[in-house]
Amino acid sequence: MADFRFPRSARPLQHTWRPLRHIRPLRFGLGTRAMKCVFVTVGTTSFDDLVACVSAHDTLQILRSLGYSRLVLQIGRGKVVPEPLSTESFALDVYRYKDSLEEDLQKADLVISHAGAGSCLETLEKRKPLVVVVNEKLMNNHQLELAKQLHKDGHLFYCTCSTLPGLLQSMDLSTLKCFPPGQPEKFSAFLDKVVGLQK
Amino acid sequence: MASVLLLAAAGAAGAALLALRLWVVLRSRAPGPRQSLSLLVVAGSGGHTTEILRLLEKLSNAYSPRHYIIADTDEMSAHKINSFELDRADRDPNTMFPEYYIHRIPRSREVRQSWLSTVVTTLYSMWLSFPLTHRVKPDLVLCNGPGTCVPICISALLLGILGIKKVIIVYVESICRVEHLSLSGKILFHLSDYFIVQWPALKEKYPKSVYLGRIV
Repeated sequence: MADFRFPRSARPLQHTWRPLRHIRPLRFGLGTRAMKCVFVTVGTTSFDDLVACVSAHDTLQILRSLGYSRLVLQIGRGKVVPEPLSTESFALDVYRYKDSLEEDLQKADLVISHAGAGSCLETLEKRKPLVVVVNEKLMNNHQLELAKQLHKDGHLFYCTCSTLPGLLQSMDLSTLKCFPPGQPEKFSAFLDKVVGLQK
Repeated sequence: MASVLLLAAAGAAGAALLALRLWVVLRSRAPGPRQSLSLLVVAGSGGHTTEILRLLEKLSNAYSPRHYIIADTDEMSAHKINSFELDRADRDPNTMFPEYYIHRIPRSREVRQSWLSTVVTTLYSMWLSFPLTHRVKPDLVLCNGPGTCVPICISALLLGILGIKKVIIVYVESICRVEHLSLSGKILFHLSDYFIVQWPALKEKYPKSVYLGRIV
């Protein structure tokens, strides 16, 4: 069971006082360029080929040449664990899982993901440019259906590990089409009608 | 010899009656209008839970109480459901205590399990599903394709066949299914009252399904 939480009205007051020095300094002030970040996610599976490919020297060079200065890898159960890196011009972070990938997705300027439906949809909803890398070692993976269709509709780029570096260099993110949000309200309207719910 | 024939005839008559009754139950529409109805949601596991919670997001409070069924080993789903319900209660000042329950049953089919053993485990979860469904007696069963939903839906149908309660079964095929139905989908296409698909290609293949666009 999750922790019990007070209803909003009854929640105890927190954060009523906070010293001024805790106010975060403005990070992207005039004159400094925001750090562009790539987020790689493999979900709850493992996808060593992708992790190895993205963290390879050549790929890092390409990412740098495209103006990215930060690479965050979520590697799941993978056996390939790249060395974290932190220099003036480039940072590489690695972790296996987090409760929620939301924050990392939100911070990313480009997302490179496995073909999992959850990762694809969540990324597109956040309106982040997405490259889906297909795991050729998984045959008959039904999740591919969705990634292929979304690629056909122009919402994401689609490649394999071996074609990823080439794609990164040639792709034009501005050609991606915006992904309209789903409409659960249509479902509730339909359900209200068929079960005979009185308004 | 005659007794064997008699037995066969009785068996055939029984089967015909059952089929007729099934047909009647599937054809019948639940009585309306109504103010509220109890909902049984088969959350299953993994991505299915995330998806079905998104469907529930816009449902009004008339769908109450909400019963969730999850696979017994699936702590992740339990966690997601709890936080979904608490968020919902938070947003709505009228609900002090959200009325929802989480029930657990064994998985009916692990990924990549063979067909034959699937039949055996499904029968076993059928054995566990019926008492649960009978206890809850929901007005509406909502599911989107985890293996667990097949025995639950059959139990819900059984309630109708036995004349205990007509349960409306609504199946929403997962957004992942663009051109092919899942195994649960193929089975429940025939047994659900409303079968919703989310891609036009599936609507074309299965004209009897309902297509409302992308709803998650």
